[in-house]
Order: sequence, then C-alpha cells, then structure tokens
Amino acid sequence: MSIKLEHLNYVYSQGTAYEKKALDDICLEIPHGEFVGIIGHTGSGKSTLIQHLNGLLRATSGELYYNGENIYGEGYPMRELRNEVGLVFQYPEHQLFEIDVLTDVCFGPKNQGLSPKECKERALEALRLVGLKEKYYQSSPFELSGGQKRRVAIAGVLAMRPKVLVLDEPTAGLDPKGRDDILNQIAFLHKESDMTVILVSHSMEDIARYADRLIVMNKGRVMYHDEPKKVFEHYQELEKVGLAAPQVTYIMHDLVKSGLLVRTDVTTVSEAADEIMRVLHREREE
Amino acid sequence: MVRTEKLVFEYEKRDEEGNVIGTSRAIDQVDIDVKEGQFIAILGHNGSGKSTLAKHINAILVPTEGTMWVNGRNTSDPSELWNVRQSAGMVFQNPDNQIIGTVVEEDVGFGPENLGVPTDEIWQRVEESLKAVGMIEYRHHSPNKLSGGQKQRVAIAGVVAMEPKCIVLDEPTAMLDPVGRREVLKTVQKLRQQKQVTVILITHYMEEVVDADKVYVMDHGHVVMAGTPREIFSRVDELKSYRLDVPQATLLADELKKRGLKLSDGILRKEELVRALCQLN
Repeated sequence: MSIKLEHLNYVYSQGTAYEKKALDDICLEIPHGEFVGIIGHTGSGKSTLIQHLNGLLRATSGELYYNGENIYGEGYPMRELRNEVGLVFQYPEHQLFEIDVLTDVCFGPKNQGLSPKECKERALEALRLVGLKEKYYQSSPFELSGGQKRRVAIAGVLAMRPKVLVLDEPTAGLDPKGRDDILNQIAFLHKESDMTVILVSHSMEDIARYADRLIVMNKGRVMYHDEPKKVFEHYQELEKVGLAAPQVTYIMHDLVKSGLLVRTDVTTVSEAADEIMRVLHREREE
Repeated sequence: MVRTEKLVFEYEKRDEEGNVIGTSRAIDQVDIDVKEGQFIAILGHNGSGKSTLAKHINAILVPTEGTMWVNGRNTSDPSELWNVRQSAGMVFQNPDNQIIGTVVEEDVGFGPENLGVPTDEIWQRVEESLKAVGMIEYRHHSPNKLSGGQKQRVAIAGVVAMEPKCIVLDEPTAMLDPVGRREVLKTVQKLRQQKQVTVILITHYMEEVVDADKVYVMDHGHVVMAGTPREIFSRVDELKSYRLDVPQATLLADELKKRGLKLSDGILRKEELVRALCQLN
C-alpha cells in the first residue's frame, strides 16, 4: 500500500501565454502509514503536488499509482480515491457553512452515501478525535475561535475515514497553543490508526518534531526526500531556496563554531538539551 | 503616539432579523502608551482581542467606552477620521487581500492618490517607498507573480507611501515561508531606522518580538503582561497559561536549567545562549 508518483509533470494553462510548469518530473514513493512533511517556499509547487494525490488535478504527463493502481487508468474509480485520500486545504474554516458544527461534519459522510445514523456516528467520532468539547456540537461554526473552527474543518475530513490525510498548512495563523494542540492531535491520530499523514508546513520546527520523512520542493522539483535530520544538514542550501533549519539546529552549529563540540544533526529542543548535557558532562569528566 | 485610556469595545450580537440580542466584550479597560519611534509587540492567543485593538489604531473601529488617541487625535471624533488614518497605516495577514493594483507601482500609488497628493509627488513617494522595502526593481511587475514575502513588502510600501507616523502590522508573516518572514521583518526594522516610524507588530511568532522595546500580552480583552521581551520571556509558565510560547533559544535555555545547568533568566537570542554555554565550559 503506497502512493507512487512516476515522472509526474503538471503545467498550468498549457498552450497559452501564461503557461507555467508547476511540477517537473516528480518521482516519489510514500509508503502507507508514514508521517511525511512537505516544505518549500511559496510557489514551489507544494499545493499543486498534494492536489494530485486525490485526483483534484490531473497530471499533464506521468503516472500516479495508489496502492499499485494507476489512477489515470481507464475506469479507475476516482470517487473511491477521494474517499480514501482526505485533503484539508489552507484555511479550511472558510469552507464551513452548515447551521451547526455537527451538521457541518456530517456533510462529508452524507456525500459518501451513508445513512443519517451512520453520518452522525462518524461525525461524533471525528469531533472526539480532534478534541472539540461536546458543548460546541450544536453551536454555529462561525461562533467558534480560529483554532476551534479549524478542528471542525479537520473533523469534516476525518469523518470520511480517509486512509491518507493530507493537510496544507493546518496551523497557519493559529496561536502557539492552538498550533501544538492541532499537531499533537494529528500525531496522536497517526499513532492510533495506521493512517498516512502528509503535512505541508512553513514551520521547520513543527516539521522537525513530527515528520518521519521530509520532502523538500523547489521550483516544481523534489530537492530532497529524506529523514528530517539528514535534510536539515543542508541548511545552507535550504536557505538559498527560501527555507531554513529549525532554530535549535543553528544553535548547535554556533556552539561548534565557539568550540563546544556538540552534534549538529539535532532538530528539536529536547534532543538539543540532551546533547548539550552529554557534551558538558563529558568535558567535565575529562 | 498611540495612547488608550480605559478602552472598551463591545461587539453586538444580532439575531437573524438583525436585532441586537446581546454584546460581547472584546476589549476591556485597556491602557497602553506607545511613544513615537518605538517598536511595540502585541501577543495573545486567537480571540484575545489583539486584532480588535489594532483596528482601533486607524479608526476602523472606535471605542464603545474610553478613548484612543493617535498622534494626539481622538479617534472617536469623526472630524479627525482622515487625520487619524493618515497617521496610522495597517498591514494585514493575507497579502492577496490588500493588493489591488495590476502593476506594483500603481498599487503603491493608490494610497497617496486617495489622500489627494499631487501626481508628481505620488511618483516620488512610490519610488521612495519601493526603495525602502527593497522592491524597486519590481515596480513594473504584476503583483500576482510575486512571492508571498515580496507581496507583503509591496503592501508595506503602499502604507509607507502614505507617510504614516505609525505602522500597525497584524500578523504580517503568518502566511510566509522562513525567508519571506525574514524579509518582511528586516524591512520593518529598516523603516524604523530610516524614517523613525512607530511600529506596532501583532504576531504569533515569539522570535519576531525579541527586539521590541516593549511587549504587551493580551488575554480575554485585557492586557495581562507588559514589559521588555526579557522580562516577558523569563516568565515561561505564565506565558504558556495564556496559550503562548517563548523563542526556541529561551525554551532550550529553560530545558537546560531544568536539567541542572546554571544559566541566567531571560535568554532570548541564540547568540546569548551560545555565549552563556561557552562560559560554563
């Protein structure tokens, strides 16, 4: 079970004066159950890429295999693909529209053709998963705070029980607590189920904390596809393409320059603390 | 430059027919005082009232109770409206919502044109503000072909061209990649030095406020903390109770202290942490 892209190209407005190559010869494989981070500067092709994963955009050329089947093959059940690959767009709260939270979350399963009873069960389950308090279920989605709205929107996708959850900058504009809450919830979901999670983010710190593997996009191409630690070793190259390493990684590099010989492949605060303590203790013993 | 006295703002809740059925207090008895040329940061969780407060500074909203003065003018006085708006310019989160021109230089000229500035002077101001934000080479470009950080700098140039004494930036970097974020912040700092404008920055990124002269933290419409970044960020647990965070260097210093290292309070920048650790050694 996996998602596999083979020599995938996508050109916007092909054949017009505005022709623009947004994806350029993408070859990738995302195994089932992985937590993948996607980073890239604005306009690097991240959003275009993820819209291919559930067939919203059709590649200009190249192939995309979902669980071994070519989704561009004749008679491929696109509808089923969209049930399995759930996409949460940027600012998904703009897509809330129903009279109350519960009805809004029911919308997805309703479109999947489930009975009202099943829809409600799914919706309740999804709302529990995103950690929204029960007292809000009957509220208008528009009365909620930014973080709460975003949870409702994510629940709307989870209610369709996707096997792959794709999130495009789910924490943009949220306060730090809201950011942590949503990401912890997603990490929890990923651990509890065997769901694949694909997370697009501009926060290197968040990506470093949660992702198993990282895809770095630049000018429509895959620049790196590796473990976060390995990717962030290329921090100088990343800076050239609008990105950076997590701030702790820079601290480790600066420590080395100042003579404290710590490892530099460190990407989270707790790892950094462990490493600094280890080196300081060792130096004292010597 | 910007001063409030017991500022209160209440949103009206309406039913489906538009009748007022209640009010909710978004800002409650806020006193702030920003001096000319200062760099002020406002932190607070989603819904804490910080954007509502920001919208008072150029009179998009006016106080329900209390007073807001901008450049010595009372924003509740309708006859001062244009003077207030000329004194304080706003930059919002989403660059796509605030760019209206089809060519960069026209977009930047829109503000001064509305102020009735003579044409020659408009062009002069456009050139100057585009230079100030480092976007002069894009003057003839179409804004929708620019990166997020570049668009946001054009939006800032549009405000600068109106020659305000104070610029309010409401989460200007929330949608940008790391380099875009850095570009925008550098631009803002440069403007402060070159034009001595007062800057009020609202953000969820703790790293962006370490250079501020003063930080206000808002919660439930109140100002709950006020002080220098060093004072504010040395109160890690209190900040977390307001759903906020501290810069990563501070977080790491805190973590190391918990593990027994003797580091001073209020480390904000990576340079400070590196120096402190090397001295330990």
